[in-house]
Amino acid sequence: MRNWVRGSMLRNPAVPSPRLELAGLAKSYGQRAVLRDLSFSVGVGECHALLGPNGAGKSTTIRCIQGLTRPDVGNICLDGRPLADWPAGGHARMGVVAQQDQLDPDFTVEENLWTYGRYFRLPTALIRQRSRELLAFMALEEFAQRPIQSLSGGMRRRLSVARALIHQPQLLLLDEPTTGLDPQARHLLWQRLRTLQREGVTLLLTTHYLDEAERLADRVGILQHGSILAEDAPVAMIQKHIPGEVLELRRRDGALPDAENWHQGRVAAAERSGDTLFLFDPQPERVRAHFAADPEYQLLQRPATLEDVFLRLTGRELREGEE
Amino acid sequence: MMRRHYALPGWGALALLRRNFLVWRKLLLPSLLGNFVDPLLYLLALGYGLGHFVGRMEGMPYITFIASGIVASSAMNTATFEGLYSAYTRMAVQNTYLAILATPLQIGDIVLGELLWCAIKGTISAVAIILVASFFGAIDWRWLPLALPVILLTGFSFGAIALAFTALSRSYDFFMYYFTLAVTPMFLFCGVFYPLKTLPLLAQEIALVLPLTHAVLLLRPLLTGQLPSNVWLHLGVLLAYALAAYLLAAYLLRRRLLR
Repeated sequence: MRNWVRGSMLRNPAVPSPRLELAGLAKSYGQRAVLRDLSFSVGVGECHALLGPNGAGKSTTIRCIQGLTRPDVGNICLDGRPLADWPAGGHARMGVVAQQDQLDPDFTVEENLWTYGRYFRLPTALIRQRSRELLAFMALEEFAQRPIQSLSGGMRRRLSVARALIHQPQLLLLDEPTTGLDPQARHLLWQRLRTLQREGVTLLLTTHYLDEAERLADRVGILQHGSILAEDAPVAMIQKHIPGEVLELRRRDGALPDAENWHQGRVAAAERSGDTLFLFDPQPERVRAHFAADPEYQLLQRPATLEDVFLRLTGRELREGEE
Repeated sequence: MMRRHYALPGWGALALLRRNFLVWRKLLLPSLLGNFVDPLLYLLALGYGLGHFVGRMEGMPYITFIASGIVASSAMNTATFEGLYSAYTRMAVQNTYLAILATPLQIGDIVLGELLWCAIKGTISAVAIILVASFFGAIDWRWLPLALPVILLTGFSFGAIALAFTALSRSYDFFMYYFTLAVTPMFLFCGVFYPLKTLPLLAQEIALVLPLTHAVLLLRPLLTGQLPSNVWLHLGVLLAYALAAYLLAAYLLRRRLLR
């Protein structure tokens, strides 16, 4: 009855099913609906990013997959089987890197891995061997005997990922994995996540860093008010929602740029946000030249990014919400 | 997801127990020092100091009388402290429980593992007192094998009550209510320092509802070479507290962590 630990013998290879499938999830706390009819799926070996402003329901989604939050309605399937039918909620195939630090400060780096391996009922020799491999993989070898308190934020996060991999899960859930890390630490972590994906681990990550989603994800789902607003590959999504280049206009005196709306009819799309006017067009050169003639204007022309899609779809104004 | 939430605790409880033991082992010296020196001070101050004026109580030297009482109250204190402060730290500060819930372990495993650890820690402190008190000739070892399971049960019961409080608590400050309103009164009025029958009748009746009274009524005879009377009543009350508080703690912790 404990043989699920050993792997994927229950999957039927004839019927390819997504690794993870969420269908019609809804969750409310009193009057506040956190998830509304949330559906998406993550294919085997895919890296899927959930993007969304604070309070969009990203963490709740991860909690539902983890079994920490029970949705009011809806189903979650892991490898084609409802989570409820998996022993221990499918945790033997799932690794979780939480948003807040959950490392055990009473233990050293390697003791954290050893203790965690015990929870999966792995034999000691295997735990020791995997711990060594994972510490090497995460560039933490020389810190094996260090107390957790002495680690930097990036090292802690890498250790959290290493710990979530101790039982070689097929699915890794990462809730805002690089929030608060410096650029070097983020790049190192991204490299490791790409390596994991090449090795066949399915990744589901939440982030509000658009560049992170663009760099890592095969597919991106934009989450707002608890449901998926748009879903696609990052490049396809940019092409679909943003026509061409982006031209940002600001005035040095802080006044409204192009108050008389000269740009209307001259660009494919435009959007105002605070002191900035965003113009979208495949060939914005003519419009650019018009404004460049006025020394009051500050101009920035750049290729469209996922950030533009995200902000166009979810709104540019600051959103204060709670997860 | 029903199954995950309501499965019975299993081997996972032992994995958590092992984790707590490994942490304790790292702080072995200061921890044991507290276990030994505290009771030594109590026994010297009260057994010799106060005992000089008291003389004998219930037919035994006062130091013998209070040694068994302190064994029981120390199991209570140690298990309570573990179930409140240490468990709260793991639950709310270190997020240890959330990390564990990402593994095959479940709430039931966490609760049972914590309570077994409370029971063992309570027993460690009780055994330390038994050793120190034996040095003063205040313990009769004849029924010690029977006393140990009672001490374990005492630790488990108080750990469970404490853990239920912890699951409700929003900060460490909350625990002062429990200490002031529950632990301290039990320490003073449940027969640790003087026989229950010294109290007014109403107070006696109240004391009989409290778990520490029953731990003392079992442990005092067992540690002074006699067999206790009303064994099943006392065991029954301790077991009822243990079971009720265990279920309550599991319910409250589930409600807190699985939202």
